[in-house]
Amino acid sequence: MLGRSAWGIFWMARYMERTENIARLLDAGFRMALTRGISVASDEWRSVLVTLGLDEEYKALGGEYSGPAITNYILRDKHNPGSVLAMIEAARTNARMVRTAITREVWEATNESWMLLKDMLARPVKESELGNVLDVIRRQATSVRGAMEGTMLRNDIFNFARIGTHLERADNTARILDVKYHVLLPSVAWVGSRLDNAQWEMVLRSVAGERAFRWLNAGALDPKGIAEFVILDGRFPRSLAYCYAKLNSNMAWLVKGYGFDTGAGHLLRDATEQLNQTSIAEVFEYGLHEFITRFLATNRRIAEAIAADYRFIA
Amino acid sequence: MKSATLSSFDEMIDAEGQVRPAYAGYREWYDAQNPKWLERQGKAAESVFRRTGITFNVYGEDAGQERLIPFDMIPRIVTSDEWTRLSRGIEQRVRAINAFLHDLYHKREIIKAGKVPERLFLGNEAYLAEMVGFTPPGAVYTHIVGIDLVRTGTDDFMVLEDNARTPSGVSYMLENRETMMAMFPDLFTKVQVQPVSDYPRALARSLAACAPPAARGSDRPVIAVLTPGIYNSAYYEHAFLADQMGAELVEAGDLRVVDGRVRMRTTRGWKAIDVLYRRVDDDYLDPLTFNPNSMLGVAGIMDVYRAGGITIANAPGTGIADDKAIYSFMPEIVEFYTGEKPILKNVPTWRCSEPEALRYVLDHLPELVVKEVHGSGGYGMLIGPTSSKSEIAAFEHKLRARPDNYIAQPTLALSTVPIFTKAGLAPRHVDLRPFVLVSPEGINITPGGLTRVALKKGSLVVNSSQGGGTKDSWVLAD
Repeated sequence: MLGRSAWGIFWMARYMERTENIARLLDAGFRMALTRGISVASDEWRSVLVTLGLDEEYKALGGEYSGPAITNYILRDKHNPGSVLAMIEAARTNARMVRTAITREVWEATNESWMLLKDMLARPVKESELGNVLDVIRRQATSVRGAMEGTMLRNDIFNFARIGTHLERADNTARILDVKYHVLLPSVAWVGSRLDNAQWEMVLRSVAGERAFRWLNAGALDPKGIAEFVILDGRFPRSLAYCYAKLNSNMAWLVKGYGFDTGAGHLLRDATEQLNQTSIAEVFEYGLHEFITRFLATNRRIAEAIAADYRFIA
Repeated sequence: MKSATLSSFDEMIDAEGQVRPAYAGYREWYDAQNPKWLERQGKAAESVFRRTGITFNVYGEDAGQERLIPFDMIPRIVTSDEWTRLSRGIEQRVRAINAFLHDLYHKREIIKAGKVPERLFLGNEAYLAEMVGFTPPGAVYTHIVGIDLVRTGTDDFMVLEDNARTPSGVSYMLENRETMMAMFPDLFTKVQVQPVSDYPRALARSLAACAPPAARGSDRPVIAVLTPGIYNSAYYEHAFLADQMGAELVEAGDLRVVDGRVRMRTTRGWKAIDVLYRRVDDDYLDPLTFNPNSMLGVAGIMDVYRAGGITIANAPGTGIADDKAIYSFMPEIVEFYTGEKPILKNVPTWRCSEPEALRYVLDHLPELVVKEVHGSGGYGMLIGPTSSKSEIAAFEHKLRARPDNYIAQPTLALSTVPIFTKAGLAPRHVDLRPFVLVSPEGINITPGGLTRVALKKGSLVVNSSQGGGTKDSWVLAD
């Protein structure tokens, strides 16, 4: 396949994954704002911006730290190149560019997402509509991924799409965890407080893990257990361990199919092995924030190595 | 312009108000349908087009906007006999065009014989000196041709234009049929229509049969479609054809000349392309040979081409054959190379470069259609009968300044086919573009083609860029 097509589908998958995760993050923030007081809510909203790496930009624009202002900035502001609308547009542009690499169903699902959301996000989203909009974003991302899963040939094109999805998901999960721990907890004394519990719940909600965690832990919420679940539980599809298992299997198919290994392949295998050998005790000993910072840097390096080794760009 | 002044041939209904034989089966079906239901189906079709992204980009105003070409659900139908006659004429004409191109770039017998004046191509931008003395693989110049036909009577089909460069619209031919079959499956069990769906396979076969010397020995030549990119007006079609052929859709940035071959950057390295179906103009093909500022082409591709390392379809320099100034010589060209009288007529044409013709044209501007010799897409033309006095005066000024840049034709009473409206069937003017594939193995003409229809009542301009629509085009089975 063309290097440009690999690049296009890799990023298309990343954009779609990111829109979905942003929707979850906003949904969790929205819920928090509904159940806690105003001052807590504004902290929450700020944490959403920090997670997305948009806090500085937003501050520079002088926006207020309220739900409607921040959700609109994240969803549709034209000053925000990383808005959901911009990303859906980019995903759709990429899909158009790699039209011959995807099936008609994948294309139609992507195109339909764009048509729907372009419409829904044409005007500021009212608070009463936010839930519905977030729902549509999540469902559209699911429908694109479902079309890929159900209709695409299991070849290198599919591998690059899956690698894009799971690199992005690992990145997003790690960021959500980091912000929660680093930004929202001003002091250790807060650990175990009611506020703290609510925030851990928000972490779970942001990664669609609240139900699974409840089932596994008979309803108990303990921060360490949640961190372990989100980082190391290979059964949970948004955990770092799961994402890296998927990255590995897709990379293995590429290596096998192409008949040659790459630097990206080595990097990925090393990182996976390291992750698999880590216990949650070691993570906290090392420092959760430090662990995640290192994880995100490795994740980024792997993405760059893939782009270079598979000739994404001339 | 109002065609009321011209008596048009209606393809569905004859002068006595009877349904013509070609439409008999269809009308029987149509009359049994509930108009409300048909209207809903029409709306459903539009949303399918939008969802599948069958759109084209319009240049100029609303730049970057994607639009739908309106689709009308009433098919345009010709009988098998009519089609047989038409396709004989098309084949004859396409053979002549290829022979003409070969001759023009080699011995120029036709000029020596005094049938076509030398000045017509020596100063013509579409004529490429780089092609002189070179024979493309398989001796095919125009691998893909679209012949624009208009009809003025029962047996009167005329060629309005030959498209020998990069004719577009074939994806609409295919999608229109798909849409019709999805909307009205029962209709196709009642009326037997010759299928068009083989076109992409035929195109791939035809291109593969023209593989260059460098591809000899490989049983499956590598085909790629070269597109200017996603903002090109016909991008949908480029992607569609590549997808249907199982070929890579490449952009200039993917290509490079490496070790004497044109290669594309793949995830495994640089892979050689044998046949390039290019949808960029000659001028942009090779910045080393042609336009040095081109970002759409491949530096050095012309050298590789001349050395037998790649087939370019259509061949560079074919545009000289569909030039409107050459068009007026087509009857002579057909006769010169085939030894037969042309089966398809030309529309009578005045060459404004000739003083006597120019005088006539200037005297009759309000009733003529005047076109730029190199123009296309319905831009830069004058339609006398619909133009105001001041528009005609302005055009006359341009015409006098550069008469050799124009040709003129009578305003034709194009045939009409009904379109579906809320108020019922309403006749509208149409043309027809059949698609022709040329390879050393022969000439393949898909039964049907693209019918373009002027949606505005009385309008004669069918171009999609000017608000025209399309119809599914049927050739009935024997």
